[in-house]
Amino acid sequence: MDKVKIGTCWLDGCSGCHMSLLDMDEAIVAVLGKADIVFGPLVDAQEWPEGVDVAVIEGAISSQDDLELAQTARARSKIVVALGDCAVTGNVPSMRNGIPTAKLIERVYVEGATADPQVPTDGVPALLKQAGPLQSAIKVDIHVPGCPPKPEGILFVLGELLEGRVPDLGSKLRFG
Amino acid sequence: MTEKVKVRIDGEVIAATPGQTILEVARANDKYIPALCYMEGLSAVGACRLCMVEVAGVARLLPACTTPVQEGLAVNTSSPQLQSYRKIALELLFAERNHVCAVCVSSGHCELQSLAQEHGITYIRYPYNFPKLAVDTTHPRFVLDQNRCILCSRCVRTCDEIEGAHVWDVSGRGIQSRLVSELKRPWGEATTCTSCGKCVQACPTGAMAEKGWGVEEMTKRPAVVSRLTSMREGQ
Repeated sequence: MDKVKIGTCWLDGCSGCHMSLLDMDEAIVAVLGKADIVFGPLVDAQEWPEGVDVAVIEGAISSQDDLELAQTARARSKIVVALGDCAVTGNVPSMRNGIPTAKLIERVYVEGATADPQVPTDGVPALLKQAGPLQSAIKVDIHVPGCPPKPEGILFVLGELLEGRVPDLGSKLRFG
Repeated sequence: MTEKVKVRIDGEVIAATPGQTILEVARANDKYIPALCYMEGLSAVGACRLCMVEVAGVARLLPACTTPVQEGLAVNTSSPQLQSYRKIALELLFAERNHVCAVCVSSGHCELQSLAQEHGITYIRYPYNFPKLAVDTTHPRFVLDQNRCILCSRCVRTCDEIEGAHVWDVSGRGIQSRLVSELKRPWGEATTCTSCGKCVQACPTGAMAEKGWGVEEMTKRPAVVSRLTSMREGQ
């Protein structure tokens, strides 16, 4: 049997969910026996490949780049997992939603800067008006809450998916 | 001794005292009905809609916290339909304001958060409202974060019915409703506030907290507030 193809990425998040993913310790060896990680922060691939079985996405949708990567991942993956509170609820990134983006950028990069205050323009994606959960932009199949989700919760979800089952998290995880 | 009435909760026959509500009878008999706005020792207002139950012969759902028992009453506390309505009620609370558990002093000790977990809520099916809301830090010891308020009014009733100061009220209508201290004066300037802190202890979320605590550090003791009523009643 071919190995299951997993792609991961982080959008507007802190990488904590990926840390929690790695924090499943030796259990990850068993996961990798059944799956290949074909895209992600720890993989060289530059573009989300076609034919991915499971997309694991951390972070909120905050910028144009986040939106495009989420849409590509969705289009090229069978199952999309929202990993962690930012992807599930918007979480900390969404706390800026009451502030107009221009004012926010001005506050951080000009008023908040001690040296060379200026609004960055080169190589940075445009911020969306609001940061939102993954499901505000694409269809999400499985939500894994937590900040970060417990490693056992992530392992349970991946384990079920690798066995061809739809994971039912029940009351295993909580927000925060 | 008062005459007892017989009621049936989830099939079990229970002797109850007339005047007791369905929720009181259920809790006294180790039958669990979830609730957020109900707190022992305070008047019941039926605001959160989590304690809705099915009563035989009544076509609509009734809040257990405000429905008195009567002879022959038969109650169902947890049908699939009730579970689905309770999930909706909880999800709408999350969608209405900015409940960012990750940065909340009450995370891990929050009644809203634990009820969501208990009901297997892993995400909110409705679009978030993301309102811009104020945080009142004017009181020297306490803080009010409107982002986390669910308008249960436990603080309002605690301050009015137990402390007797009536600092708190709910102003506005519908989604514009806001908890206000002393007719919208900042909490720190409220002359009627005795700074007793019972409202903070009664608050089920992180909306009211003591200053100086970090994420997950604020634990509440609503039972201490409830006990004041039972002690005054000599129970």
